[in-house]
Amino acid sequence: MPMTPEQRATLEDVTQFIYREARLQDDHEYDAWESLWTDDGVYWVPANGDGGDPEQVMSIIYDNRSRIALRIRQFHTGKRFSQTPRSRLRRLVSNIEVLREEGDEILVTANAMVCESQTRGDFNWASRNEYLLRRGADGLRMARKTVVLVNNSTAMYSMAFLI
Amino acid sequence: MNDCATVIPIVPVSPAPNPPAWDRLIQSDHVHGSLYTDPAIYQAELAAIWFRTWVYVGHESEVPNANDYIMKSIGPEPVIMTRTKDGVIHLLHNRCPHRGNRVCVTEHGNARSFTCPYHGWTFANDGALKGYPFPSGYEGADRSKLGLGRVPRVQSYRGFVFGSMAAEGPTLEEHLGGAMKSIDALCETSPEGEVQITAGFLKHKVKSNWKFLVENETDGYHPSFVHASIFEVAQSGIGTLYSSDSTAVSRDFGNGHTENDLRPEFRKRDVPMSWFGTTAEKMPEYTASMKAAYGEEKARKIMIDGTPHIMIFPNLFIAEIQIFVLQPLSVNETVQHVTALQFKGAPDLNRRLRQQTMGSVGPAGFLLADDAEMYERTQLGVQSLNPEYLYLGRGRHRERRDEDGFRIGDATDETPSRGIWRHYRAMMEAA
Repeated sequence: MPMTPEQRATLEDVTQFIYREARLQDDHEYDAWESLWTDDGVYWVPANGDGGDPEQVMSIIYDNRSRIALRIRQFHTGKRFSQTPRSRLRRLVSNIEVLREEGDEILVTANAMVCESQTRGDFNWASRNEYLLRRGADGLRMARKTVVLVNNSTAMYSMAFLI
Repeated sequence: MNDCATVIPIVPVSPAPNPPAWDRLIQSDHVHGSLYTDPAIYQAELAAIWFRTWVYVGHESEVPNANDYIMKSIGPEPVIMTRTKDGVIHLLHNRCPHRGNRVCVTEHGNARSFTCPYHGWTFANDGALKGYPFPSGYEGADRSKLGLGRVPRVQSYRGFVFGSMAAEGPTLEEHLGGAMKSIDALCETSPEGEVQITAGFLKHKVKSNWKFLVENETDGYHPSFVHASIFEVAQSGIGTLYSSDSTAVSRDFGNGHTENDLRPEFRKRDVPMSWFGTTAEKMPEYTASMKAAYGEEKARKIMIDGTPHIMIFPNLFIAEIQIFVLQPLSVNETVQHVTALQFKGAPDLNRRLRQQTMGSVGPAGFLLADDAEMYERTQLGVQSLNPEYLYLGRGRHRERRDEDGFRIGDATDETPSRGIWRHYRAMMEAA
């Protein structure tokens, strides 16, 4: 079925938002990235496949909004050694699909590929990302971001940059 | 829950060609850089330590029901921990005796038997061969000798399951020695006296020799520097425990087991649950259960003292709120399997333990990502042999004995590292 003009407009908004988020992460623009979150934002990077219930089992990251802020403040100390020097990063985000739009909330899925260069070496990280975006007076914000890394079931090297 | 290929290392096992001069490499307060980088020494360690001594494998609560199993490891070697229907725990090598294939590739589950996908040989969950297809081809074969390899000695202490690949040697109790009291104290944090490992593991890999991790676990000198960033922004009280003024002590239990005993600081504070950065009032359910279980006075003492910070050689690190299981994959690659400790009968404490553990550890953890960075940079550093040795002399002049006869030092002293190396040298020389 062809997309309606409204659907096209939503996809365009969502795509631009996700590209901006990717650029802010790659450039370590921590505060600008933090401002993309809603006040009830949840940042989840599950371990062991799709991760199960993050309230019950370990996740690589399961940050509520205050823990997202703590993560950012830690970067700003200049003593977050796993990111001092910072990883050099570039990521591609693709396969963006709007799965559902309900009221002011939009559920989106995308694939991401991140190239990282660090003291340890050069690494590729691939993931399926899911965003719950919310429309507000000043545009879209993230209420939830889930990053399901393809290698999250096996032993992983440190990944202290923003994924 | 998930089918996944776990780490599959390649492990050529062969003795070091010339036994190294251990007395030259390991001196009372110096160790040689090559101990972390020489592949021949790593091979010698597999034989003398990992495939000989008691190695922590898993916890009984990970296989709670009859016929449960879970994939674990002893050093780089995969083993399957099973519970047979009689309740007994077995450790089986995940290797078909016919052609060497893996008989289990599912992380955990429930099964009475394992069937090798290659030629269909089937094994009971105690390792015995149950049968093979087209048996007429095996006329005269002794089936009793064609089971899965078994880890010869399996023993538990308070639910913690250890395996030794040596048929004979010290008992688990002899091996644990003074560390048993710390495990007892850990279990008492539960109103029912039991630890449970139920929250799944993060697997965090580092390009570093396993001994850098073992030493770091009870190095009370590094937290003030490596973890300054999170202590600062989280207004954590942990930093003061590892300051020069701290009354905490570092301890060498012998047999390679070491700890940072933080109780003197917590007793000084005299506030129940201060060890966990909270108060008894904020945890009313837990406090009530503890009082009901142990009585007012003893519950208060347990809740002041907190849980231990102990490195049980060679691979179990109990770190107050979580456990790490260390697994060497090669001379310069190690995996930390880490999960939150859970205490039976303490749901409100357990929820917070999971949340704090997730924040602290794993590939993106506020603490462990930075520890990992240190492991990897030291590994790169010791490839340079100028100077040849690392210096472990901190606090040697003030090392003393506690009332039980164990060596202790100040909170930031290298008494634990010296203890680890003393035991390591004894094991390598005995091989």
